[in-house]
Amino acid sequence: MNLIAEAIAWIFSGDPGAGLAPIPVALAQHLWFTFVSVLVAALIAVPLGWLIGHTGKGRDIAVAISGAARAIPSFGLLILLFLLLGVLRTTEAAIITFVLLAIPSILAGAYTGFEAIDRKIIDAARAMGMTEWQILWRVEVPLGLALLVAGLRSATLQVVATVTIAAFINLGGLGQYILAGLPLRRFDIVLGGALLVAALALVLDGIFALLQRASVPAGIRAGQSHHSVPQRSASARTAAAGAS
Amino acid sequence: MNWVGNNLDLIWELTLVHLRQSVIAIILGFVLSLPLGWLAWRYRVARGGILTVTGLLYTIPSLALLMIIPVVVGLPAFNEINLIVALTIYAIALMTRSVTDGLTSVDPAVRLSATAMGYGGGRRFWAVDFPLAGPVILAGLRVTAVSTIALATVGALIGVTNLGYLFTNGSQRRIIPEVLAGIVAVVIIALVIDGLLIAAGRALMPWSRAQRRARRSRTAELPLEVSVA
Repeated sequence: MNLIAEAIAWIFSGDPGAGLAPIPVALAQHLWFTFVSVLVAALIAVPLGWLIGHTGKGRDIAVAISGAARAIPSFGLLILLFLLLGVLRTTEAAIITFVLLAIPSILAGAYTGFEAIDRKIIDAARAMGMTEWQILWRVEVPLGLALLVAGLRSATLQVVATVTIAAFINLGGLGQYILAGLPLRRFDIVLGGALLVAALALVLDGIFALLQRASVPAGIRAGQSHHSVPQRSASARTAAAGAS
Repeated sequence: MNWVGNNLDLIWELTLVHLRQSVIAIILGFVLSLPLGWLAWRYRVARGGILTVTGLLYTIPSLALLMIIPVVVGLPAFNEINLIVALTIYAIALMTRSVTDGLTSVDPAVRLSATAMGYGGGRRFWAVDFPLAGPVILAGLRVTAVSTIALATVGALIGVTNLGYLFTNGSQRRIIPEVLAGIVAVVIIALVIDGLLIAAGRALMPWSRAQRRARRSRTAELPLEVSVA
């Protein structure tokens, strides 16, 4: 446990030593990679997921691809792309890996958000004379937003974890302390880096938990104030998803 | 692809080690998550605590967890027990939620009927609740198994030998087929284990197939919360 005290002392020492980048720089790199990758993945996956959710077509393919993607070790994919693209394109190799990693969760969040909506609401909207665009933007998108944010949340956490590993191909980020400290036997640096990464993940998770709560429309929130039924049924389906 | 032909023995050996490490973690995670998931389902007070803690454990990036565990357990970092402990923690984090959700999915009327027929607590759990929760638990177990097998490769970064070694070694020596072989081997193991779980599910729960076919058009499947690398 003494090591934990040393690790915390290292975090607050102001100079990481051993020729490593200062902690704020590594943190900024880590966040930059995470943000850019999740953004690119969202630009691809959200429209696609909404299309699948709105039309109900192509869902089986999306489920199959997401299931298969889970079996691919992202660490291996990162190194494969790194070797294929060459040393000069390390950043591109990393971003492609992270984007591929983030897409399945965001895609699933987008289309399941639509699917979880009571069909009667959509029928009612159509009966009121709404066009397909109006149904999409004024009914499906707001009602499906909470599950989309849940998808963004799990995608972000996966990317944060994988950016840590990306230090192996000299990408910087908080993982560099863990990987640089090991051969130096500087376990205060290793553990300090690990604690920083864990703290970053927990903070991001907390921010997304708040966003997720805020993304439920007020009318829906009023209906579920005392019992968290919709949330539970959503999580039951998460588990039921299987790798099918 | 010459490299693969010359190193089939190495790949096979690493595959067995990889399989051993992940299967132990998957089984431990499954066994430990049963009582935890049951507690979270049975007692409202415990639910928030158990599901929050397992959820938070799941958010911790693997490389960080792999470095924190040796300090807590007191073993050298490269010992494979650290990797197995880390993988078990992730497996518990994923599985506990599935067990709770599975038990929640059992129709309360069925449970009441079982009680009325004279089933006591323990017998009712094993003969009624657990089998009926089976399909949801199995779905969770499949996700857990596949992600555990993929995640185990990260162990190579801290010096634990398994298929991840092909990634670190292949990267240092710049042998693309070696890295590719590692990825392919991991995916094959994951698919084989997944197939075995499906087969086991069909053998043990013959009723779930008919049900799924009936329900298929209605239930949305949510493949969220997949592996944290």
